[in-house]
Amino acid sequence: MEKNINITLKVWRQNGAKAKGRFETYKVDNVSTGSSFLEMLDMLNEQLINENKEPVAFDHDCREGICGMCSLYINGRPHGPDDDVTTCQLHMRKFKDGQTITIEPWRSAAFPVIHDLIVDRRAFDKIIAAGGYVSVNTGGVPDANAIAIPKPDADEAMDSASCIGCGACVAACKNGSAMLFVSAKVSQLALLPQGRVEGARRAKAMVAKMDELGFGNCTNTGACEVECPKNISLSNIARLNREFLYAKLQD
Amino acid sequence: MSKLNARIPEGPLAQKWTNYKDHQKLVNPSNKRKLDVIIVGTGLAGASAAASLGEMGFNVKNFTIQDSPRRAHSIAAQGGINAAKNYPNDGDSVFRLFYDTIKGGDYRAREANVHRLAEVSNLIIDQCVAQGVPFAREYGGLLDNRSFGGAQVSRTFYAKGQTGQQLLLGAYQALMRQVNLGTVTMHTRTELVDIVIVDGKARGIIARDLVTGELQRHFGHAVVLATGGYGNTFFLSTNAMGSNGSAAIKAYHKGAMFANPCMAQIHPTCIPVHGENQSKLTLMSESLRNDGRIWVPKKKEDAEAIRNGKLKPTQIAEENRDYYLERRYPAFGNLVPRDVASRAAKERCDAGFGVGATGLAVYLDFKSSIERLGQKTIEARYGNLFQMYEKIVDENPYETPMMIYPAIHYTMGGIWVDYELQTTIPGLFAAGEANFSDHGANRLGASALMQGLADGYFVLPYTIQNYLADDIAVKRMTTNEPEFTEAEKAVKTRFEKLMNIKGNRSVDSLHKELGLVMWDFVGMGRNKEGLQNAIDKIAAIKKEFWSNVRIPGNTTGMNIELEKASRLADFIEIGDLMARDALNRDESCGGHFREEYQTPEGEALRQDDKFAYVSCWEFKGNDVTPELHKEALVYESVKMVQRNYK
Repeated sequence: MEKNINITLKVWRQNGAKAKGRFETYKVDNVSTGSSFLEMLDMLNEQLINENKEPVAFDHDCREGICGMCSLYINGRPHGPDDDVTTCQLHMRKFKDGQTITIEPWRSAAFPVIHDLIVDRRAFDKIIAAGGYVSVNTGGVPDANAIAIPKPDADEAMDSASCIGCGACVAACKNGSAMLFVSAKVSQLALLPQGRVEGARRAKAMVAKMDELGFGNCTNTGACEVECPKNISLSNIARLNREFLYAKLQD
Repeated sequence: MSKLNARIPEGPLAQKWTNYKDHQKLVNPSNKRKLDVIIVGTGLAGASAAASLGEMGFNVKNFTIQDSPRRAHSIAAQGGINAAKNYPNDGDSVFRLFYDTIKGGDYRAREANVHRLAEVSNLIIDQCVAQGVPFAREYGGLLDNRSFGGAQVSRTFYAKGQTGQQLLLGAYQALMRQVNLGTVTMHTRTELVDIVIVDGKARGIIARDLVTGELQRHFGHAVVLATGGYGNTFFLSTNAMGSNGSAAIKAYHKGAMFANPCMAQIHPTCIPVHGENQSKLTLMSESLRNDGRIWVPKKKEDAEAIRNGKLKPTQIAEENRDYYLERRYPAFGNLVPRDVASRAAKERCDAGFGVGATGLAVYLDFKSSIERLGQKTIEARYGNLFQMYEKIVDENPYETPMMIYPAIHYTMGGIWVDYELQTTIPGLFAAGEANFSDHGANRLGASALMQGLADGYFVLPYTIQNYLADDIAVKRMTTNEPEFTEAEKAVKTRFEKLMNIKGNRSVDSLHKELGLVMWDFVGMGRNKEGLQNAIDKIAAIKKEFWSNVRIPGNTTGMNIELEKASRLADFIEIGDLMARDALNRDESCGGHFREEYQTPEGEALRQDDKFAYVSCWEFKGNDVTPELHKEALVYESVKMVQRNYK
């Protein structure tokens, strides 16, 4: 059953990209365990506004785990202490009465902090822009059923395509690598005949862009897979490595 | 002379779009490069339009309030996208999709637009497959379909319960390809705060950088608003937290008409409200109604025992369950359209048969489907939805039925557009949910994705050329023109005014107050007295807002409370428009249910002789009653009848 708990928050505050950040401590009382984590932060902000203080800025939008906007590092884990969820789907029933909760932004060289808990993830868009698509224009394409695709391939492509681009994989990685993100898109498109055509070019272009943007190398620790809210599998990275090697051999 | 001209092409219904395309004006490739198009929004309509216009060679400037174009709320659409492919060979056709959409909209949509939508629906599926969208497939390798409400065929294509995500990512990737090629410039975390009109035509926007607070001026030969709907007027809705109606209000203030504002869709299957700190409502896809059966207890004492925690739903015997949709609507059963299903849930709960702690919930039960198909099949179809439900409610829906209740989901009303998707301001276009055009008084499931992508991929790229062809001699303006300076000054004054109120109420506390008024009086059941009451209450909230809102911080740098306050000021205005429009429309149709107008069985009763028109509201000044214009709806190919799903 739902009950109310009192908690203490240690929240990272940073007034702009160039400002020096610091932790602030706040108490929030009477939080229903049925509330989501972000609803608890709404309560904190309501409290701060009533005290005429500036509320804590954090990214969030759909609040149903699909837009990939929310991004908090909670007690040392991206998206907090529940498995397979984003921060917006994390509920307060996962916390105890009297607990202290530490909230930080994603920490990664490629994702600079903009304000408080908000980081800049445009590096992901740049990687997609480098090749994460099938090069077709609108119109003039074949009938949707012209090419049969084996169901297992379509299903596997769908699993890879489930990535929401939140960046938890990068935040979880000690090297700040974006390999899980890149490999998910490379895999999805490589598994489908429509994307297969540009497979080699895509793998090379996306990996080159990732390196250029300051993401680290993959050392196969698997932390990304553990923290991914959408269960994107490490096998995608293996496929990317094969695609990349094959592309290089063709050069 | 009326200010409204829908500019519907000549010819028989099925030939209108072909005729239009055959005779519209085109812009040659070397001139396209010289023409700037501003597109506001990166959801299905905005991203697909920006990608397509970029591919064609126009110089596109694309704006989004989020950190990335991939975040737009189209991403949350779960169930699917309709098309008239007839792959299952169950009798579907372009005409049938058109007809179902008109009927589903309770005969309040424009015939020619809806037919065009049905015509291009098949192209959308082709396009998405070519982009690598991983739609669900059969073992033979061909595309799978499922059924949605309001149709007796299976025409819905889907990608698990994440169809919106996959379609949006397809459009986003096409868009990022254009960004890479340099045809589209992307402006993230940037919000439209006004539209600039020069010599009667839309020629640009004033935008606010949400990180620095800086105001920017952008020129465009044409401006497209693809900014979504205004469901968040109700505070609690299935929309994303950032979804707002401000772009629509800016357009309205500059002379664009606001059409059918009262037409809002209440979705029957959402997770019920849990408490007063709730920030938003979560939708459970309509696709669940393919395999889930909706019921409440037959006996009031059972319902009461459940509410008090003394009985569990699994303890209610089959003969004591009331599958009220199957009972009332045997032909469509659990797959009746959304407005019908929502009202039926409200009727049962109001009569005392509701479940859950609040009594404002009904069951959606998968027991018989799990018995028939096995848990594995149900998991493959809806696994992610079941997981989402369990994370939020902390109950396992494979073992106990889900609890659901209606919630605000989509707005059929929006900026008035003609056949070309152009508003009453020349050069200002509106696409996707932001316009009013295709869904009448009620949208069918899986049709929002269809409309967003139809507008962006296959309609605007044609119709906007017909406008821009006359503009090829117009040189790019500098943004130092007096119209830009004045618009920026007005925006600045407004923000300063907001900051200087320095009152005692948070934005959210006022927004919640507005939401309650909307839900109680402008929600599922509306009546004359309640609507008049709502108009007074909204006026009081407006007064309270402008004299007592508190916004910490200042206008420079990131200020989330200022963003929210600016949007709430616009929601208050939309709320007033919705109530006025609902009060004017003395009939029930689709999602607009006036309690005074119902059949003896409790169904919506239209008044076709008086209200077969689109209500179009023209802004006349702050605190001045807006003026109503009417676009008559003429049906040549379908006969208006009482909707019947029995």
